[in-house]
Amino acid sequence: MDYILKILPQLIEGTGVTLQVFLITIVLAVPLGLALALARISRWRVLSVAVNGYIWLMRGTPLMLQMLFIYFALPFVPVIGIRLPDFPAAILAFVLNYAAYFAEIFRAGIQSIDRGQYEGAKVLGLSYPQTMRRIVLPQMIRRILPPVSNETITLVKDTSLIYVLAMNDLLRAARGIVQRDFTTSPFVVSACFYLAMTLVLTWGFQYLEKRYAVADE
Amino acid sequence: MIQAHGLHKRFGANEVLRGVSLEMRRGEVIAMIGPSGSGKSTFLRCLNHLETIDAGRIVIEGEVLATTEPGGPCRYAPDAEVRRLCRRMGMVFQHFNLFPHMTVLQNIIEAPMTVKGMKRDEIVPRAEILLEKVGLSAKRDAYPGRLSGGQKQRVAIARALAMEPDIMLFDEPTSALDPELTGEVLRTMRELAEEHMTMLVVTHEMGFAREVASRVIFMDHGSIVEERPAADFFANPQHPRSRAFLDNML
Repeated sequence: MDYILKILPQLIEGTGVTLQVFLITIVLAVPLGLALALARISRWRVLSVAVNGYIWLMRGTPLMLQMLFIYFALPFVPVIGIRLPDFPAAILAFVLNYAAYFAEIFRAGIQSIDRGQYEGAKVLGLSYPQTMRRIVLPQMIRRILPPVSNETITLVKDTSLIYVLAMNDLLRAARGIVQRDFTTSPFVVSACFYLAMTLVLTWGFQYLEKRYAVADE
Repeated sequence: MIQAHGLHKRFGANEVLRGVSLEMRRGEVIAMIGPSGSGKSTFLRCLNHLETIDAGRIVIEGEVLATTEPGGPCRYAPDAEVRRLCRRMGMVFQHFNLFPHMTVLQNIIEAPMTVKGMKRDEIVPRAEILLEKVGLSAKRDAYPGRLSGGQKQRVAIARALAMEPDIMLFDEPTSALDPELTGEVLRTMRELAEEHMTMLVVTHEMGFAREVASRVIFMDHGSIVEERPAADFFANPQHPRSRAFLDNML
């Protein structure tokens, strides 16, 4: 017990890094994913095809590779080449990658809404943006909560990938202590931290699902 | 109020409308009847731009919605103009198309607030009067999922009326309802007709067509086969195809 209390500060510090990556990614990737989904279903074919290609690229290569590319290779790319410090590089990779997954979830959600809803809105005079904002997206949210919850929980654990850019997230902090003290208990403690975080998320999504279910038969 | 002239519409190889024309005057109640696939619903949907026509001319209260130059393509008015014109027509669908995430009241006030920019305090009393009219005041705060089909359709009628349309289009409003529920919807529509609302009703309810409509239009294979005052039509159908259709229905 004393030992756990002793290593706690380091693990909490690592959790801070993990939570930062998680929160910033969610805040940026969700709106970007929504924009991508709307572009993907847009009648403007060039846009739709381009977004499709983007999603293929982001889902088709490992997130770790994307992170390494942004950190090490991006500076040497002509024109757009910029050198990013480790934290922004990691965030950029996470946002670009997760936005692609969110985009597909949102697209599926939008397309699951019955055509009659669009027609009902149209004959009442609602424009396309009004129809999306007032009619389609609110109904979509309810349907996509389960897959979004999945994706969000995956993200909590994926944050541990930032160790490749030598940042001290929760898992890397734990591993550091394990290697220093020759004991595996920091792993157990860090597992508890992850479980606590995902438990909070699970409750949060359960609450949201209940709230959005009021309109059900 | 509505002038449609020579409407043509095809879905792929299937020619759904083969030159359908209709003149509708204020206060008229027209029933469109005919076998399934005869183009009645498509015609209705073309009038308010849920479908686009391939050729022909549609004029709503003196303003051109779509027109076709001889030999040229069919041209529609600019988008904003189309939206403005179509707002003069309210529409009721076979499958209601209520917004399931909104209560009955929210369904009714949504378009007046979002489209017309009305204030909540202005529209809510009017919505309550409409709900009273369709007999659903008690369901004001219920979600559509909790309503019966007949109740849903009456909410849909109230929702369309909230936009104060000049013309109401009904696309088989009772076809998705159990027989014992059609009565309440037809009663609401009859009351609307008695208030001299201009109505175009695609229906399979012959009783309603006979009693409420001033004019009956019989369509078959994408064309109007017969068009006469309702009493006349039912007493003495002229065309063999309308006669055969009525024999089957009654």
